[in-house]
Amino acid sequence: MSYRQPAPGTQPPYDAPEYGSTHKRHPKQPLLRVPQTLTETSAPRMRPALYETTHNLAKGPGWEAQGERITVAGRVLDEDGRPIPGAMVEVWQANAAGRYNHERDQHDAPLDPNFKGEGRVFTDAEGWYRYTTIRPGAYPWRNHHNAWRPVHIHYSLFGAGFAQRLITQMYFPGDPLLPLDPIFNCVPDPAARERLVAAFDLDVTEPDYALGYRFDIVLRGRDATPMENPA
Amino acid sequence: MSLPATASQTAGPYWHLIDFPEWADLLRSNGPNAAIEGERIAIEGTVTDGDGAPCADVMVEIWQADPAGSYEGEFHGYGRCGTDKDGRFRFVTLKPGPVRAEGNAFQAPHVAISLFARGLLKQLVTRLYFAGEKLNEQDAILNAIPAARRGTVIAQRATDGSWRLDLRLQGESETVFFEV
Repeated sequence: MSYRQPAPGTQPPYDAPEYGSTHKRHPKQPLLRVPQTLTETSAPRMRPALYETTHNLAKGPGWEAQGERITVAGRVLDEDGRPIPGAMVEVWQANAAGRYNHERDQHDAPLDPNFKGEGRVFTDAEGWYRYTTIRPGAYPWRNHHNAWRPVHIHYSLFGAGFAQRLITQMYFPGDPLLPLDPIFNCVPDPAARERLVAAFDLDVTEPDYALGYRFDIVLRGRDATPMENPA
Repeated sequence: MSLPATASQTAGPYWHLIDFPEWADLLRSNGPNAAIEGERIAIEGTVTDGDGAPCADVMVEIWQADPAGSYEGEFHGYGRCGTDKDGRFRFVTLKPGPVRAEGNAFQAPHVAISLFARGLLKQLVTRLYFAGEKLNEQDAILNAIPAARRGTVIAQRATDGSWRLDLRLQGESETVFFEV
């Protein structure tokens, strides 16, 4: 068993001149293509008993974060459309004012003492995950003059094989900053970029409580081509 | 049905919000491996960029087999460590055993490493092998690396007993990164 290679244009490059931080951090040597082994097709069995879950980033006992409450739900699937149950989904984000609860974030926007900005959930048997948070704010960064990151939530996912490991970002529909963002636009294929944008979803929306967004994530699927040296 | 895999995006500089520094110690007393026996080792190194400057905001992840070379046992071979201001990372774990390869072959003991960071639009994947292992001579992946660059994935034993491997993202002695 091995995982298939990405479709052309659907993944970003390492060397992206418009994203300044890649200049000194991308390998200059080509990657070495190696066969997948048990190391890549196995993965740590993440489970709530080991890694504490947080389903609500917006509210806890005696506190509530400032901002517009939202609920995000979606499915984690593989490229054959099979749900991935028990996948660990970690999220982190800026607060409603566009500031991270992080010592290195010096953006002059207010911190919210009630918003830590990190959560962890696991998918159910059908691959569904769900959490509630507040809509993050946009914030400036120093990549180029007057650069602003579009509103986004960071995602970290573990599947059934370490080769499926994925870190990505979820964006919001209609954000005018998306066409200007070098990180989003580093993905060459426009359709692949669009799949990083969540959809407003009335079915996820909770009456009198929170607007809902749907964001599905697809991890690498199994390669259908037979191995060169069948055992 | 075929859905293309979701595009990767950078972890950015603030991924520490999901960090738990204790995860770098796979043998932590309240952790999943506290009762598992094996050779206790430390793995450490520095991540540097194309200028040789330390990368102080990298998330280093490891995934490894248990001392018997299995991924199926009780041992939870996953660790996460953020590099410090000098670009250093350090894991405490059990030394992995030889892992099954195709047919009757075995892979040399190794630790899979993934790097996520600001400036990395997707993870960089490499491995750590242990200097002096007999199986290194016949490990298929290690031997797929041109001899001149093989040393970039082989940890050396430091005088204090820890295994040391520096990771260079770019330039002279650039680490061999894999497409898997």
